Amino acid sequence: MKQQPQGTKSTPNRFNHHGVWAIYRFELERARRTLLQSLITPVMTTSLYFVVFGAAIGSRMNEVDGIPYGAFIVPGLIMLSLFTESLMNASFGIHFPKFTGTIYEVLSAPISAFEIALAYVGAAATKSVILGLVILATSTLFVPVSILHPVWMATFLILTATTFSLFGFIIGIWAKDFEQLQLIPMLIVTPLTFLGGAFYSINMLPEAWRSITLFNPVVYLISGFRWSFYGVSDVGHSISLAMTLAFLLICVGIVWWIFKTGYRLKH
Amino acid sequence: MPSVISISNLSKTYASGVQALKRVDLEIYQGEILALLGPNGAGKTTLIGIICGIVTPSTGIVLTDGYDIVRDYRMARSKIGLVPQELATDMFETVWDTVNFSRGLFGLAPNHAYIESVLQQLSLWDKRKQEIMALSGGMKRRLMIAKALAHEPEILFLDEPTAGVDVELRRDMWHMVRTLREQGTTIILTTHYIEEAEEMADRIGVIRKGEMILVEDKTSLMKQLGKKQLSLHLQQPMAEIPEALAQWQLSLDGEGHDLLYTFDMHDEHKGISSLLKRMSELSINFTDLNTSQSSLEEIFVELVNGQQ
Ligand SMILES: Nc1ncnc2c1ncn2[C@@H]1O[C@H](COP(=O)(O)OP(=O)(O)O)[C@@H](O)[C@H]1O
Ligand SMILES: [Mg+2]
Repeated sequence: MKQQPQGTKSTPNRFNHHGVWAIYRFELERARRTLLQSLITPVMTTSLYFVVFGAAIGSRMNEVDGIPYGAFIVPGLIMLSLFTESLMNASFGIHFPKFTGTIYEVLSAPISAFEIALAYVGAAATKSVILGLVILATSTLFVPVSILHPVWMATFLILTATTFSLFGFIIGIWAKDFEQLQLIPMLIVTPLTFLGGAFYSINMLPEAWRSITLFNPVVYLISGFRWSFYGVSDVGHSISLAMTLAFLLICVGIVWWIFKTGYRLKH
Repeated sequence: MPSVISISNLSKTYASGVQALKRVDLEIYQGEILALLGPNGAGKTTLIGIICGIVTPSTGIVLTDGYDIVRDYRMARSKIGLVPQELATDMFETVWDTVNFSRGLFGLAPNHAYIESVLQQLSLWDKRKQEIMALSGGMKRRLMIAKALAHEPEILFLDEPTAGVDVELRRDMWHMVRTLREQGTTIILTTHYIEEAEEMADRIGVIRKGEMILVEDKTSLMKQLGKKQLSLHLQQPMAEIPEALAQWQLSLDGEGHDLLYTFDMHDEHKGISSLLKRMSELSINFTDLNTSQSSLEEIFVELVNGQQ
């Protein structure tokens, strides 16, 4: 413990809601400026997936788990976008100020680490959730989609967006340049998503491969999300929820550690 | 005068092993303008960075208005505005948005009238709807000052505010600094320009290699620096100074060949002429004379070279 010098004043911590709101708005404003681009790209990509997977492949492969193939891939597609958009938004949001040097202002402001993370991650998650809903709406134009458990659906959507935004926030702080910023999403997340049953049920895999797949955390996220739509899942939805929460907690822990040590933020 | 920032035993060693600050002690008084002078790499930016929360200190304590900058960072930081050395701004935001952002970031409710007055003062009002990237370098610098003032700080740090800045902006900047000071803001600035420190500051601190080697009132520093010396080379060496010349407080040098008269150039009125007149009355002749003066520049160079 440090000796407290004489005459030191002290006040209770007061939540800096103006500060959180300022960063949150700044981040959403950034998305609004590129609204067209940030919505057209995913909508187009989704449409292409439906054309390729839904129409071309789906016509040969009618049903998975009793669900028309086109409808079966909707939750996986939303998750895929949710992962990449959350990662990109959150990592860019914190990395760019580091890159331009404007981070000095946030660091010198009377705002806590928790509040900074809340603002950046909250903004990135908000954008991802909106995007997920846009993709959902787009997909209803192509295939009949039903949502059996809307509350669970919203829960998985928000939890996943938050978790991956936290993950992105960590990457944004860790990355030394823009190349590293792209590295983890490209090398890890996209492969894990494709192998994680976004476009098929892992029950369709050979037994050995299926067991390996169960080590892929993304399997649980997609499975739980799909269950909230159609009531069918590769693994139980409570296990999915538990895995999502565990992943979330790990990210929260890492962020807490980063701020506690000032890792790559302060010299 | 009450101390508004109190620094004790502050050291900083970067991860690279560079020791940027060595046991610095410094009191900054309320309402003063303190100039930190020092060559590149002396540790000025590091010192400011620690006080503002951007750099973590290795050892030492800083109190801002009595609040510990680590433990009570919210109170400490809310009082401080920082204009960093490097230009770092957003690009696509408007001037208006970014200055209001700064105010919010520091925890204050919006106050458009106040932000307008800041922008007016810095001649940025007409540009409030422009995107930042459309501003010139000088305008960006003004913008960074506006951002630093957005939360009505009691203490303002200006890290090399006039480096690479045109004459007009420099003049405006000094005008602004004076106005702020009249309103009671404490101002700490770093500079390479001695004339600037001389013109603006109440006190001057000199940093060399991470050490605060001198902190002194400008006027008393200028007194020391304003000394001039008249040296008279005598025809006949003197053993001691005659009683008749006592009032000039002379000294002897060069084995009695040189008579030295030290005076303050700021209030030298008739010392030299009366001295010379008196000497001719006493028939003390000299063959040569010269005057020398130590400028602030010279003293500064001596100080930073450690040849005091
Ligand atoms: N982030 C950093 N990492 C390592 N060394 C640094 C860093 N910032 C500054 N230094 C070193 O610390 C010393 C003081 O630098 P600085 O505080 O910027 O001096 P000044 O502002 O007086 O020019 C220099 O030797 C500089 O190279
Ligand atoms: Mg510097």
